[in-house]
Amino acid sequence: MIYDVVIVGGGPAGLSAAAHAAQTGMSHVLLEATGAHANTIQRYQKGKHVMAEPAVVPLRSELEFTAGTREAVLGAWQLGIEKHSIDVRYGGEVTAIRGARANFEVTLSDGETLRAGSVVLAIGLQGNPRKLGVSGEDAPIVQYSLDDPDEYQDETIVIVGAGDAAIENAVALARNNKVVIVNRRDEFARAKDANLALISRAIDDGTINCFYKTNVESVDSTESNIVLNTETGQTRLQCQRIIARLGAIPPRRFVEACGVEFPSDDLTTLPELSGHYESNVAGLYIIGALAGYPLIKQAMNQGYEVIEYIAGNDIVPADHGILEQKFQGLPFGLDVDQTLSLLRDRVPLFADINGLVLRELVLASELKTPQPGDVIFQKNDYTNSFLSIVEGEVDVEIEGGKSIRLNQGQFFGEMSLLSGRRRSATVRAAGACVLLESPRREVIKLMNTYEQVRLVIDEHFIARTLRAGLVPDAPFKELQAIAGTTELIAYKADEILFNEGDEADGLHLIRSGSISVSRRIGGRDIVTSYVAAGNYVGEMGLIGQSTRSATVKATVATESIFLRADVFLQMLERNEGLRERVQETVRERLSENLRMEAQPESGDLISFLMQQGLGEATDVLLIDEALCVGCDNCEKACAATHGGTSRLDRAAGPSYAEIHVPTSCRHCEDPHCMKDCPPDAIRRAPNGEVYIEDSCIGCGNCGRNCPYGVIQMAGEKEKASNLFNWIMTGRGAEPGERKALASAGSLKKAVKCDMCKDLSGGPACVRACPTGAAIRMSPAEFVNLTKEAS
Amino acid sequence: MHESMLVFRKRRYLWVALTMSFVAIAAYWLHDPQEPPNGGTALGYTLGTVATLLIVWLAWFGVRKRRYSSTLGSVQGWLSAHVYFGIALVLIALLHSGFQFGINVHTLAFVLMMLVVLSGLYGVYVYLKIPQRVSENRKGTSRAELVSQLEDIDSRSQRVAQGLSDEFQELTASAASRTQLGGSLWSRLSGRDESQVVIKADGQTGVVPNPGQEAVLDWLADQQSRSSDAEVAAAIGELSALTRNKRRLLRQMKEDIRLQATLEAWLYLHVPLTAALLVALVTHIVTVFLYW
Repeated sequence: MIYDVVIVGGGPAGLSAAAHAAQTGMSHVLLEATGAHANTIQRYQKGKHVMAEPAVVPLRSELEFTAGTREAVLGAWQLGIEKHSIDVRYGGEVTAIRGARANFEVTLSDGETLRAGSVVLAIGLQGNPRKLGVSGEDAPIVQYSLDDPDEYQDETIVIVGAGDAAIENAVALARNNKVVIVNRRDEFARAKDANLALISRAIDDGTINCFYKTNVESVDSTESNIVLNTETGQTRLQCQRIIARLGAIPPRRFVEACGVEFPSDDLTTLPELSGHYESNVAGLYIIGALAGYPLIKQAMNQGYEVIEYIAGNDIVPADHGILEQKFQGLPFGLDVDQTLSLLRDRVPLFADINGLVLRELVLASELKTPQPGDVIFQKNDYTNSFLSIVEGEVDVEIEGGKSIRLNQGQFFGEMSLLSGRRRSATVRAAGACVLLESPRREVIKLMNTYEQVRLVIDEHFIARTLRAGLVPDAPFKELQAIAGTTELIAYKADEILFNEGDEADGLHLIRSGSISVSRRIGGRDIVTSYVAAGNYVGEMGLIGQSTRSATVKATVATESIFLRADVFLQMLERNEGLRERVQETVRERLSENLRMEAQPESGDLISFLMQQGLGEATDVLLIDEALCVGCDNCEKACAATHGGTSRLDRAAGPSYAEIHVPTSCRHCEDPHCMKDCPPDAIRRAPNGEVYIEDSCIGCGNCGRNCPYGVIQMAGEKEKASNLFNWIMTGRGAEPGERKALASAGSLKKAVKCDMCKDLSGGPACVRACPTGAAIRMSPAEFVNLTKEAS
Repeated sequence: MHESMLVFRKRRYLWVALTMSFVAIAAYWLHDPQEPPNGGTALGYTLGTVATLLIVWLAWFGVRKRRYSSTLGSVQGWLSAHVYFGIALVLIALLHSGFQFGINVHTLAFVLMMLVVLSGLYGVYVYLKIPQRVSENRKGTSRAELVSQLEDIDSRSQRVAQGLSDEFQELTASAASRTQLGGSLWSRLSGRDESQVVIKADGQTGVVPNPGQEAVLDWLADQQSRSSDAEVAAAIGELSALTRNKRRLLRQMKEDIRLQATLEAWLYLHVPLTAALLVALVTHIVTVFLYW
């Protein structure tokens, strides 16, 4: 038979599509590679609370979905599968999809081929686990995931893999079992530092036995053993269980093999889809996380909608109403689709982007209609949104009371967007305007997807940086020409931009990240300064000397715009006043150098602080150990003012020269935590505070992405007790950390320092310190810290 | 930034306290009552009222410190003023009394007040001196890291012991599980090491005290001297080296615990004495008015 639709992937999107297909009487089959529906959610820990963000979007599905425990959500879907008689084929792993509309052939791993009119791909982004690739890889003793390490006792377990998952499993299992770990290489290079330390210690002390430079030859299930190819020859191990943690195969290659095109090679790129979720292969639809919709509710809505589209009904998407609301109050008087095409026509940057992508961008954006003279953003604000002028004009205020006018179709705000630093200028509406304000995350996604968008934004960034830092009077055309000669170079943390004594071949404008400058004095490197994004280095070698006078190193991942020496020298000739400005910078830096060289210990302290990753901080809590009495009033203040959970751990963290760096958020310039937040709940306030909104779904991605361990998952806590009651009668608890509320169950959300942005008076930790040991500062102030310390 | 509570805001509260003291002394000097100076004169009542208000305000520090949302100054500012006003209080109370003492409830209030102030002064001394010593002793290592280093040594010792006879295994296991520092405030302050170990000797098993891991080291030395097997001797040597490391680490931790306890201990006098002072003060005021 030929199915009307074959749906691949039994997650929320696929289930919802199958349910609607069943309901409307389409012949369908749902193919799920694993043994149960919604595999990703099945693998959540027991009782985990699943949230139903975004709250503003209505659910449109035959299946039920409300926020609740993992069990309740899965149970409701199971009921739905039965109620709608969905034809699910478990273990139906698809190996190939060929053909086009009305004529698809879907091949399964058991060799069977299904025929279909349309195919819906809803396979998510997790990918299938990579298998051992040897005979016996599917034997019953082999597994590719581990839910609960405490389930196994007194077994001999072989773990294959060298990544974080393999190490975490091995260490956890080693508590109650004999564990052998098999590593293809001679070290655990891919693992996080903490995991590397764990596994190294376990191997050193013999709790885990490791085979380095070893491959798996085969698995023999009947004999319960595994054959390994070691450096010294083959060896056979008796074991009860083999757990292979070899990562997942990203679904992209499979999707490409189906004929779907991606607009760029960047891994975050999404496939090109029509407004009906249809890919470039006619009849092949893509929905859910793979299409860029990571939230459950969105995915379920698309499942419903895609079936309507396949049936030929051009319904409006569930979030249509949200757009309608956004467009209310605009002076255009157009409907949703017309407004969208107006945006595209008016802003050249959007000319070539796909309709669905533009729609998503607008959904995530705000439309603003400031009045003449209104401030759009202030200089030194920490906001990082990107603004496109749909109608009207704005003035960018630059030095000396001058301003630059931008008009319809142009954009601004890319400086803070790319550098993660404060706004470099105040922008005001010059007349009545319509502005599209897009969040950073969406614009970065757009830049990664469309090369053209990235090039245009990059070019403006460079030209505007040059204008702000070096040549304020140069015409924009000339700046664009210079921008064309520059090179954007990315450096990893600790990578050297140039060494002392190297030939001076150009100037580096630091675009993002930060660098440290050091000089070799008396046989050792002494850090003489820290330079943040938005500034330039390398000027000394270009005027006066011809070799580098110092070594410049990236303190964190850093991007620099490299301006060639010849271009810079030309600029010097052409622009009056530039030489004086650069000489002034040189003079300031030389006097700073002299001061720092006189006290090498301050340089050491700066090096230490940079090693703690503070080069990317904007505001960090430091503790002066010479004053700290260990009373923990800072933690109690934090907990008491933030729902009973302290967001800082005073005692943890390293110290150097009586300066202690506690475990506490440093509000990074380019926050790692923001990178992968499905509901986009992590925001940056105008004063720089990185905070988490209530729409957090508790997935824990931010905590995993934070290299500094400052984000925790916390549930609701008991009510605070009365202070006087506690003082007078001793009843209740002292203000501070509070006990978890019994009824809160497993409902946990991510919590982190918000720098007390909602409290008057500033951060509670600092205000509560009785001895003045707790201080907050930005990296630019570290130099003062050492001035006083010495 | 980086200023202690004493130099807070250019010693603002020191100057306030000095001014307050100077005014009190001047008033005492100029005041010429009919009777010898005492708490019952007009100035006596005035100074008594000031002293009472000061005591209530000083005791309020315990409340302010825990009002974490309060924006009324910083806790550091409050503490700075708390110290200077607390010292000025002694003078004001003395002038209030007109230097008349006796064996009565009034003098009791004064004595309690002096004890509170003295314990507070000791607290100031401790707050200024000890943190630096904590930092020097820790050498940049956090307490949690010290504990994990200790666990590391214990588990390595137990693995070395696995290659030796049962007695060694029991020794290392019990030395690890019976290592004990801290506990009551007193043992933390005195830096007592209450560790024990189970040692088998002449077929008898006994629990012996093991402060500084000395008992383990002695026993290991004894075993090593008797051992004739080179491999066994080497293993025992390794155990000794690990135990000496542990001894050094325990010494460091003991000092850390002792210093931290010193930073807290004075409060166990200061706070209850304040409570007692408040009771005595109320009694003093009530009796004065009762027998007016």
